[in-house]
Amino acid sequence: MAVESLAGNVSETPATGQTVTLEVFRYRPEEETEPVYQAYEVPVHKDWVVLDALNHIKDHLDGTLSYRWSCRMGVCGSCGMMVNGDARLTCATFVESLLPGPIRVEPLENFPVVRDLVIEMTDFMEKLESVKPWIIRDEEKPLEDGEYLQTPAQLADFEQFSMCINCLLCYAACPVYGLEPGFTGPAVIALAQRYNLDSRDQGAGERNAVLDTDEGIWQCTLVGECSEVCPKDVDPAAAIQRYKVSSTLQWYRNLLMPWSSK
Amino acid sequence: MMKRTIEPFWWSLFGAGGTLAALFIPITLFINGLAIPLGWLAAPDYENVLQMARHPLARTYLFLLISLSFYHWAHRFRFTLYDGLQLKHLNLLIAVICYGGATVGTVAAAYTLINL
Repeated sequence: MAVESLAGNVSETPATGQTVTLEVFRYRPEEETEPVYQAYEVPVHKDWVVLDALNHIKDHLDGTLSYRWSCRMGVCGSCGMMVNGDARLTCATFVESLLPGPIRVEPLENFPVVRDLVIEMTDFMEKLESVKPWIIRDEEKPLEDGEYLQTPAQLADFEQFSMCINCLLCYAACPVYGLEPGFTGPAVIALAQRYNLDSRDQGAGERNAVLDTDEGIWQCTLVGECSEVCPKDVDPAAAIQRYKVSSTLQWYRNLLMPWSSK
Repeated sequence: MMKRTIEPFWWSLFGAGGTLAALFIPITLFINGLAIPLGWLAAPDYENVLQMARHPLARTYLFLLISLSFYHWAHRFRFTLYDGLQLKHLNLLIAVICYGGATVGTVAAAYTLINL
C-alpha cells in the first residue's frame, strides 16, 4: 500500500459525487502500431487537478498507464501534457474548471511519443546544451578576489528568464517549432538570454553563433503562444524579440563599422 | 565576425514599417478618409495640398511611410506563405516576390514623389 499512501493524501479532499470521463492517449509500441484513446470514468474530488485524476487511474483503474510527474506543485516541470488541446501543467489544471468533460489528455504536441503520455525530449536537451546555458568568463578571477557582485537592477535584467522549469509547454504550443523541427525554440532562447543578460557573463558571442542564425531567433515569427502557455511567466516571446533587437543593432554596426567587429 | 544571416536587415525594415504604419496611417486615414469627407475639417483645395506635398519634409515622410509599409507587408506576407501555406520549398521565389514587390513599390513611390 506504499503507492496508496501517496494517492491517499490527495483523496482526502471530499468527493463531490460527480464523475468525469478522461479520454487518455494510449500508445504501447509493443502492442499497437497506432495510438488509441482510452476512456476512464474518474470520481471528481474537490480541488483535484488533472494529475490527481491520472494518479487515480494509475492507482485504482489501470496500472499500465505511463506518464511523467514529480512535484505536484508547478516546480519540476515534468507533468506537461495537452489537456483538451492546450499545453498545460496537469498539476496546475483543475478538473472542476473542465467539467462536465470529457477531458482529453494527450502527450505534448510536436514531440515523438515514447509511450502513452511520455514524450522523447532529446531534441530539446541537445539544443539547450548547444547554447551553453551557464556563465562563461573570458578569464575567471582568482578565488581570493571574492564573488562577482551584482546589483538588484542587474539581477532584474535576467531574473525573469531564469524562472524556466524546462516543462516544454512552449515547444508544444509553438507552431513554428511544429513546422520547423530545426528551430532552436522558445525556452532555449529564453535561457540563453538568461545568461546573455547576466552582468557576470561574457559568452554572448558564443551563443550568437548558434542563435543569431536562420534556425535560431530568426525563425521565430512572434506568434506569441509560448508566452501564453508559460506557467512561470518567463515570456520567451519577449526574450526572443529583445534578442532580435540587439542582433539587428549588431548587424548594422558590423555593416557600418566593419573594422569594429570582432 | 561575419554575420550568417541577412534576416536582421529585413526584420529592421519590417519593424520600422510596422511602427510607422501603426502610428501614422490611422492619422492619415482619419484626416483624408473621415474628417474631410464628413466636413469636420474644411477641404483644402487641390493646389494647396499639392504645394504641401511638394515640401521636402512631406516628400520624405510620404516616401518613408509608403516604402517601409511595403517592406512590412513583404516580410509578413513572406512568412504567411512560408509557414501559413507551408510553401517552404519555394522559399527563394517567395522572398524574391515579396521583397521584390516592396522594392517595385518603393521605386514607384520615389518616382511619383520626385515628379510631383
